[in-house]
Amino acid sequence: MKTLVLVEHDNAKLSDATLPVVTAAGKLGEVHLLVAGHNCGAVAEAAAKIAGVAKVLVADDAAYAHGLAENVAPLVAQLMGDYDAFLAPATTSGKNIAPRVAAQLDVMQISEILSVEGPKTFTRPIYAGNAIATVESSDPKLVITVRGTAFEKAAAEGGSAPIEAVTGPGDAGTSSFVGSEIAKSERPELTSAKVIVSGGRALKDAETFAAVITPLADKLGAAIGASRAAVDAGYVPNDYQVGQTGKIVAPEVYFAIGISGAIQHLAGMKDSKVIIAINKDEDAPIFQVADIGLVADLYQAVPELTAAL
Amino acid sequence: MKILVPVKRVIDYNVKPRVKADGSGVDLANVKMSMNPFDEIAVEEAIRLKEKGKASEIVAVSIGPAKAQETLRTALAMGADRAILVQTPDEVGAEVEPLAVAKILKAIADEEQPGLIILGKQSISDDSNQTGQMLAALMGRPQGTFANTVEVEGDHVIVKREVDGGLQTVKLALPAIVTTDLRLNEPRYASLPNIMKAKQKPLATKTPADYGVDITPRLTTLKVSEPPVRQAGIKVADVAELVEKVKALGIA
Ligand SMILES: Cc1cc2nc3c(=O)[nH]c(=O)nc-3n(C[C@H](O)[C@H](O)[C@H](O)COP(=O)(O)OP(=O)(O)OC[C@H]3O[C@@H](n4cnc5c(N)ncnc54)[C@H](O)[C@@H]3O)c2cc1C
Ligand SMILES: Nc1ncnc2c1ncn2[C@@H]1O[C@H](COP(=O)(O)O)[C@@H](O)[C@H]1O
Repeated sequence: MKTLVLVEHDNAKLSDATLPVVTAAGKLGEVHLLVAGHNCGAVAEAAAKIAGVAKVLVADDAAYAHGLAENVAPLVAQLMGDYDAFLAPATTSGKNIAPRVAAQLDVMQISEILSVEGPKTFTRPIYAGNAIATVESSDPKLVITVRGTAFEKAAAEGGSAPIEAVTGPGDAGTSSFVGSEIAKSERPELTSAKVIVSGGRALKDAETFAAVITPLADKLGAAIGASRAAVDAGYVPNDYQVGQTGKIVAPEVYFAIGISGAIQHLAGMKDSKVIIAINKDEDAPIFQVADIGLVADLYQAVPELTAAL
Repeated sequence: MKILVPVKRVIDYNVKPRVKADGSGVDLANVKMSMNPFDEIAVEEAIRLKEKGKASEIVAVSIGPAKAQETLRTALAMGADRAILVQTPDEVGAEVEPLAVAKILKAIADEEQPGLIILGKQSISDDSNQTGQMLAALMGRPQGTFANTVEVEGDHVIVKREVDGGLQTVKLALPAIVTTDLRLNEPRYASLPNIMKAKQKPLATKTPADYGVDITPRLTTLKVSEPPVRQAGIKVADVAELVEKVKALGIA
């Protein structure tokens, strides 16, 4: 089987989100990567170094600069003449593009796979991860998004794949990029961080969240996450949301502070190695999944903890 | 401009789903069902666009069993003008796949010619996150997925999208497809008088065959199982003990 993997990048840097997808694709067959972007040569070079990659295709065109699905999906669909499977990370960009490719190929997408059970058989979470379905595809080609936390990352170094330029249909002329608000942060990224400190509704407002959660995260070199309630209330930006409909994380250590543990939140973090919960309600559902729980007022406990570390 | 809003009947988000003992699926018998929460946000957005004078009519569509009528009545009670039920066989667990849903919606859009189609980003049952993107592909139209704000201006729509790093704004030519994210709006509750009024609003019933769409699934579910259960751990007595445990983890 020949597989094509969509590389996630910002035209300058290859994102780590690509690496588990390479691993998943490797379980199906030969792995080729697609870098669709503009002035993205550095990304193609980084992609060629990933271990286990047989070839890198580069589509360098202004139409692909911002990853617009209207432009990228037809490019992928055209390339899929030579491939049996298309895999993308289950990131917001992968989720935006892959179903559009699937519909163009008239196949059902298999979303957020957790494992490869056979050439056409996969497991995937449904109902916020409260059930795991094993599904088999009857389509001639596969379109798959891959949950990053479910597969080991392929080694970023060690490969030396050839790079080949490809062209696609270019600009579909129906959409354009207007702008973005992407916060630059020195912190580790949420989905790849070893330690995450998350705060919930109990943090009151943006200032309080920053005053209580940030110092602990700084001490631990951790990423900062949040519950939906904290995001909705504007304590932190939307991309901090961990959960069924936010980011899926599985760090070494996850701190849930003032978070009750709704199933939608658990769906995003229950595969963390160690879960530490601080909540004043001893019956909060978060304690049913926490390895270490502390029943306490977070406004006393967290500053004390931060000071002692 | 007409707005089409597909709404799906799913397990209520407050219910904890249980896997059936025989591994054939999730037990939906006698379980509270509701409109998919993202679709409530979609209906609300359509109503707000109508209230702003940007839209003239809102048509809600559901593909599902006869009971999906209830979901459509909820959309009508919130403020949709009329509804279309595309009825599928009633057996429990017979879920129509996103590709087939998208094909049915495409056929309805061909008939209705909406300027905007607003879907949820994801149904909380199958967690597919596909239908809107597939519909956009089948129609050859642009998509504003995971919308945080939507502004219709003349012949295009500006959509601010919730993406992994923050927000991205795109400009799409109409007709366009939008999928909602959680921060787009806070859906209203239907008032009692509006629930009564909704009973009089038109609701057409069709079948997938009326649109020439084959809903045979492409994916076969071989089994559905419980995820590994996490055992509750220990409770520490105080911060001092927590500090010890955290230090033992080697992260501080
Ligand atoms: C369609 C849909 C999708 C959703 N997706 C997500 C998602 O992806 N991620 C997500 O997180 N949620 C999601 N939710 C929301 C979810 O259902 C919960 O509402 C949310 O997770 C609750 O956030 P919380 O735990 O911060 O708030 P609450 O449930 O209000 O909990 C606050 C907790 O703080 C504790 N507390 C209060 N004061 C203190 C104090 N001084 N010290 C210590 N503890 C204190 C309380 O005991 C309580 O347990 C979704 C909901 C829907 C309907
Ligand atoms: N059976 C259905 N009937 C109506 N709308 C649907 C149906 N299935 C999916 N949708 C729409 O597509 C969105 C995304 O669903 P999904 O791709 O299944 O995650 C939902 O939020 C609905 O707006």
